[in-house]
Amino acid sequence: MTSGQRAPTPETQRGPVTGSDAPERLKFDMDELLNCMHCGFCLPACPTYQQTGLETYSPRGRIGLMKGVAQGKLPIDEEFERNMYACLGCRACETACPAGVQYGRLIETAREVVEDVKRRRGRRSFTRHLVFKQFFNHPRRIRVAGGILWAVQAAGLQRVATKTGLVRVLPREMAEMQSAVDTVASPSERKRRPSVMAPDAGVQKAGRVGLFTGCIMDVMFYDTNQATARLLNKIGFEVVFVAGQVCCGALHAHSGEKVDAVELAKRNIEAFEAADVDFIVNNAGGCGAALKEYAHWLADDPVWAERAHRFVERTRDICELLAEHTPLPFQRRIEARVTYQDSCHLAHGQGVRQQPRQLIRSVPGVQYVELTNADTCCGSAGIYNITNWEMSMRVLDTKMEHVRRTDAHIVVTANPGCLLQMKKGIQRAGLADRMEAVHIVDFLERALGSAAPLG
Amino acid sequence: MGGPAVRVEVVEQLREIVDSDAVRVSPNELYAYSFDATPLVQAEPDVVVFPSTTAQVSRVLALCNAERIPVIPRGSGTNLAGGTIPVAGGVVLNMTRFNQIYEIDEKNLTATVGPGVITADFHRAVEAVGLFYPPDPGSMRVSTIGGNVAQCAGGMRGLKYGVTKDYVMGLEYVLPDGQVLRCGGKNYKDVAGYDLTRLLVGSEGTLAVLTELTLKLLPMPETKMTLTVFCNSLVDAARVVEEVIAARITPATMEFLDQGTMHVVDDFAHLGLPRDVAAMLLIEQDGSPVQVQRDIERIAEIARAVGAADVQLAETPEDGARLMAARRSALAALSRLRPTTILEDATVPRARLAEMVQAVVDIAAKYRVQICTFGHAGDGNLHPTCLTDERDTDEIHRVEQAFEEIFRTAMELGGTITGEHGVGMSKMKYLPQRVGPGGIQLMQAIKGAFDPNGIMNPGKVVAGYQPQRVVVRQS
Repeated sequence: MTSGQRAPTPETQRGPVTGSDAPERLKFDMDELLNCMHCGFCLPACPTYQQTGLETYSPRGRIGLMKGVAQGKLPIDEEFERNMYACLGCRACETACPAGVQYGRLIETAREVVEDVKRRRGRRSFTRHLVFKQFFNHPRRIRVAGGILWAVQAAGLQRVATKTGLVRVLPREMAEMQSAVDTVASPSERKRRPSVMAPDAGVQKAGRVGLFTGCIMDVMFYDTNQATARLLNKIGFEVVFVAGQVCCGALHAHSGEKVDAVELAKRNIEAFEAADVDFIVNNAGGCGAALKEYAHWLADDPVWAERAHRFVERTRDICELLAEHTPLPFQRRIEARVTYQDSCHLAHGQGVRQQPRQLIRSVPGVQYVELTNADTCCGSAGIYNITNWEMSMRVLDTKMEHVRRTDAHIVVTANPGCLLQMKKGIQRAGLADRMEAVHIVDFLERALGSAAPLG
Repeated sequence: MGGPAVRVEVVEQLREIVDSDAVRVSPNELYAYSFDATPLVQAEPDVVVFPSTTAQVSRVLALCNAERIPVIPRGSGTNLAGGTIPVAGGVVLNMTRFNQIYEIDEKNLTATVGPGVITADFHRAVEAVGLFYPPDPGSMRVSTIGGNVAQCAGGMRGLKYGVTKDYVMGLEYVLPDGQVLRCGGKNYKDVAGYDLTRLLVGSEGTLAVLTELTLKLLPMPETKMTLTVFCNSLVDAARVVEEVIAARITPATMEFLDQGTMHVVDDFAHLGLPRDVAAMLLIEQDGSPVQVQRDIERIAEIARAVGAADVQLAETPEDGARLMAARRSALAALSRLRPTTILEDATVPRARLAEMVQAVVDIAAKYRVQICTFGHAGDGNLHPTCLTDERDTDEIHRVEQAFEEIFRTAMELGGTITGEHGVGMSKMKYLPQRVGPGGIQLMQAIKGAFDPNGIMNPGKVVAGYQPQRVVVRQS
């Protein structure tokens, strides 16, 4: 704007604007948008609104903008894109919403619309394309990257990362997050994994579980996946590492790559059908929420709707299944003060809140302390801490203030992204000498005594 | 609609007055401040400004006054009468950065706060030292104290404790010309001149900008108990209310929910409410344990005598709190049923409650619209809530007709057009019926004395022209 010009007025903004007639806007579910009566009950629940105090950073504001786009009053432009991607996608607003607005689905549609328009205009985001197409769609590449991560870490050769181009796939922020990772499983270790693990001898058989290993989870927290299988074996489940399973598609769906997400869903449905299991179990709240969305993603597909529905019926978070088999056969006490950070997509996405707390409390010796605002996002939010690093760290620092006040020795989480973020948070807050972040499965296994204690 | 647009030089001057990140003009940002919690009304501002100090507010107002730019003070934007819609464009003055509690004076039982403090945060702060601030509007977890004062918000404790105006003792405010003034203070008795404090409470941002508030506090009641009464007819429920009051009992809260409201509230909050009763009352009494116990027992007796289907006592304070929280979700929960939810707050003297409840049922049938009713039965303040679809112009027309008849009926019963939401845009056309032409003229003269150039929240309350609703249409 130059001097003498007039600032935008409602009149001029409502004139013809590029993109406002974009056919993509019709993808919005107008009934669902109208379901939001903009009461604002979501504002206190939204971490980004709490940080900024701006309606454009609130669920109500974002839905307002979506309505504006859907009605052709606002263009699908870079500002809209930025506002849609500034959302953590934690879905805490869904829990707060008395009108039952399915915000998670709306924000996915909004991002899909943004990406569709960009694709049509040939204006693709290079980083996003690289990460999603080249990385998450190809399990082998994740394994390679994991292998490289492992090599880098084992050898301390940061230059390898540069040479292989890994730094471009995993930018600086991701590299910073890496410093929070303990170890990455070696490629040979992962290859040696048996495809079926039988239930422990002498335990009554409980059923057959297909373990959803998750792509990031399996590389960065391979041991946690193995521990999940061992835990299930202990309570009588046979565990199958289902061949042919792929990424759950959560990150794709959250990033507007819905077509790819749906393709991944189909491959997973096929793989788990072939494995003939009673339950499909995952240990990552973010993946689990996506797996449970398959029926919604494929609802309009005559061939796949029913198969997706059956898949969802069998899908459980590990905490849900374990909580049905309490008390677990604990062997050791854990004399520690312990708190729990909810995984947003486990709590707000799947409504699983009590089971993890109940499991932690059931461990002998544990002094459980509830974390204030435990179900507020830690700022990890899938790849948010890569794409929106600064906001992610603001959200994390607020979270760590509450964590610090618990005086806990152990912060338990139920999702790999949260786990990485909490590890990072403990470092940032200078609490590394007195506090550790642990996945709930690893935590429980310490008390079950089936593996060498961690940490 | 588009009012006087704000010149770029003025935007630059605003940037010099407030922090650099506190002036917002991008299209998305303006759009995000084009609505509040009111259905069917929308208009964009030209600028959104977030001042942090009284001095900044003073300079912003002086500038806007000189430039004849409308100023719309705003808190969290939860009001239900279109009070913060920038119908003539201009500057939305967002007061949320004034979020400090400056003082809780335990000797005088007062608190002094910035207008941007969230109501529920304020409750927590005073309750932590054993004190009590009764006003509790439904949106209290979101709304600001400043917004509550500007609208004279009510809530569920109005029956026994009154509403926001009964707790505002003093104000710091800024006139459109930039003058910073104070009225009232910590004195319980103060008759020095006209009561400008009372005048500013509920003035809906049309007179001045509130920058600091001194509020009255009470000692925290020792205990409270919650009772639910389920009734087979709406009239039974209204009779329970009337007879409890006639028995010289004043409960802290007597909330009314009809069957439709009960269903959606239960769907959200999973309380396990019965599905087949016509209405329920949520009754809370606070005070000393002996008195609370006695009152609750007597209320239960009265309810049974009237013929209530069931009477249940909440077993723990947590259960009671859960019921009250669920009641607060009623409006938004109702919006699950249809795309558009229009809530009103017609209020009658409480002895006429049964008649009013029945009238709402009859009017809904007459105009073939779906109306659920809940509200603050104890103080006669009902919330007939119409579930409709803004895309259906024929239905919206019938909704307008139904509400007109509801307001007329309320006034015939000695009631009013708005109990606690304010006039804003939504009730402007009914205001002359309520206060008469003389009343309107006097109010307009008062408005002129505060705001001779008419920059403060134009198009609201006594603006004197028919509100033009910018209906959001699906194109």
